[in-house]
Amino acid sequence: MSLAKSLDRRRLLLGGAAGLLLPGLGRGALAESPARIGTFPDGVSADSVFVGLNMPLTGVFSGDGSDLKLGYELAIAQINAGGEIPAVWGLKGKGVLGRQIRHKVADTEGKPNVAVQAATQFIQRDKAILFQGSVSSAEAIALEELASRDKVLYMVGIAGSNDVTGKNCQRYGFRSQQNAYMAAKALAPVVAKALGTKLKAAFLVPDYTYGQTVYDSFAKFTKEQGWTQVLKETVPLGTADYSSALLNIANSGADVFVNICFGSDAVASTKQAEQFGILSSMKLVVPNLSAFQDKEVGPELMQGVYGSCDFWWTMQDRAPLAKRFVESFEQKNRYKPRWGAHIGYLQTYLWALSVERANSFNPVDVIKVMESSKAQPYETTIGKVYYRAEDHQMVRPIPILRGKAPKAMTGPEDYYELLDLVDGESVMNPPDLFGCRLGSYT
Amino acid sequence: MPSTAALLSQAFNGLALGSLLALVASGLTIILGTLGVLNFAHGALFAVGAYTAFVMMQATHSFVLALLGGSAVMLIVGFAMERLVIRHFYARPDEDQILVTYGIGIVLVEGLRAYFGGNSQRVPVPSWGVGATKLGFMIYPTYRLQLIGIVAALLVGLYLVLYRTSVGLVVRAGIENAGMVGILGIDVRRTFLFVFAVGIVAVGLAGMLYAPVVAVTPDMGASFMVQSFVVIVLGGLGSFPGAVIGGLIAGEIISLTSAFDSAYSEVMLYGLMALVLVARPQGLFGTEGRV
Repeated sequence: MSLAKSLDRRRLLLGGAAGLLLPGLGRGALAESPARIGTFPDGVSADSVFVGLNMPLTGVFSGDGSDLKLGYELAIAQINAGGEIPAVWGLKGKGVLGRQIRHKVADTEGKPNVAVQAATQFIQRDKAILFQGSVSSAEAIALEELASRDKVLYMVGIAGSNDVTGKNCQRYGFRSQQNAYMAAKALAPVVAKALGTKLKAAFLVPDYTYGQTVYDSFAKFTKEQGWTQVLKETVPLGTADYSSALLNIANSGADVFVNICFGSDAVASTKQAEQFGILSSMKLVVPNLSAFQDKEVGPELMQGVYGSCDFWWTMQDRAPLAKRFVESFEQKNRYKPRWGAHIGYLQTYLWALSVERANSFNPVDVIKVMESSKAQPYETTIGKVYYRAEDHQMVRPIPILRGKAPKAMTGPEDYYELLDLVDGESVMNPPDLFGCRLGSYT
Repeated sequence: MPSTAALLSQAFNGLALGSLLALVASGLTIILGTLGVLNFAHGALFAVGAYTAFVMMQATHSFVLALLGGSAVMLIVGFAMERLVIRHFYARPDEDQILVTYGIGIVLVEGLRAYFGGNSQRVPVPSWGVGATKLGFMIYPTYRLQLIGIVAALLVGLYLVLYRTSVGLVVRAGIENAGMVGILGIDVRRTFLFVFAVGIVAVGLAGMLYAPVVAVTPDMGASFMVQSFVVIVLGGLGSFPGAVIGGLIAGEIISLTSAFDSAYSEVMLYGLMALVLVARPQGLFGTEGRV
């Protein structure tokens, strides 16, 4: 008997044993997936599983991070309690495969090394069957690498860089947020139609993977619309005073100011741009709006601003699950959820659904379910969506927003008008465009 | 090559940016130079200043009243910090001082976060500073123009108090030989308390004045703290005129580099700091072995 064959038989026996010992885990494990991989099956007890949550609760991205956290916690609480909302999503009973979700939260400070340290603890100490979260693409990329190395599933949080499902894509990572390419391709025609096609644009670009890929994509698609770039100002992440960059932008003669900064960087740079007179002489376009930019900058400055994001609460009028999400979130947290919360909520439900579809917590089985979701799309808060098998990017509609004037607002949080919900299929990049190689399952 | 107008406007912006950096760094250098304590809570106190302005603005709707009330609050914070903690660390090793001030910084920042949350707060530009002013070769925010004057006045005031009064004399004598000053019947401890509080008011005022410009978040002090260190290393650790000149140089480096390519602004700043450390380790105005 060859060594390979004996290993196969051994693995089969182990799988069978695990299946007998832990009913409900086994079917997928017995078929083709290894019986033991990552934290499976050690991380699955008879009544619960552990999920690690990583997000910045301090630093530049703490606003978005706190919102994301509340989204995760709402989904986990609903899934654990069972009842109407999880049932509408398609889950059965209480918990996931009858198991309650335990969770812990770690503050990543927005730093990839801190995020990896925290996630490693979740894996080693808590035997996490899943870890989730990020507010920076740099964090998401680091966590994806960890996930694939340790063979534990990772659901990306807030991260817009093309690299996350491009050159840094990983078999164990899945992203629901649109990438920079999709956002730019969806937004560019709308702003060109609204503002004009022969315009000069000045870009303010934060110097990391998110900023650079958003810039690349948005510059490409607005150029196709006839825009010309007159200036690109690159600034470090976490800059407090943008005066020298803004002075150049103010004197650039541009018609449009494209601000790619995110989180409190977006707040500071927008405030300062107004003080330099930029917002009165140029139109502001924000390819990816930060979660609380509306409230923190104020509607006076955000009126007329064009941008895209993952979810805006008025989308509750378009999908019954969105309405349930917005209402239950507001009831619990006393404000309208921003799109950070939505990502956390959506990703948690989609993981739970995929586990139940696979009838197993085995990450290989769950990954395969998600990869084949095009044939059986998920019905969600934003309509039907699926993860693309080639790069694990979700194909999903993209909301395009425009800031409302203060007097047009019908309530304190009615900051944006939903201009369009662009069909995801029409804006997808070819899966190999950014060099994605997913790597092996085992 | 950028146009002359672009260079001129960046040179002017460098002056504005530099004067603010000088004010931010002055609080750090006053305390370091006179008390020998490297205050790692500096960034957190900057944030406390900005939040104080936020609260005071909401209460009074007057920026001037907010500055006055905020200064009083910072004075109390300074007194409390010195009396309760710092006083017990003057004779302790540097690393103990760094650890305790760093710890105070964490407590202050997390206190702000616990009370106000992580999202940024809005402090409006005072009504007399709204809009932009035409300066011939460029348009510049009115509030930032006014800041140059306000900061210059504050820096001159600080200089006069610390270097041209009898209190300042006692402070400097106390640094050289506290025991001797005590024997002469002067209460050095009270003077140290005063200097520490003045340093805290300086950094708090910097936070208040900067609040309408930047995003007011609990972590806002972090990047200013790093830049303050660069400024005082350039100017000379513990030297007040050094902080002013260092701040202006840093402002000009950041701004003028932006006229060519803003991506290199910080690289040039740290590059210059490295050069100064190699060529003149005590900084431009520092005295060797003083701190």
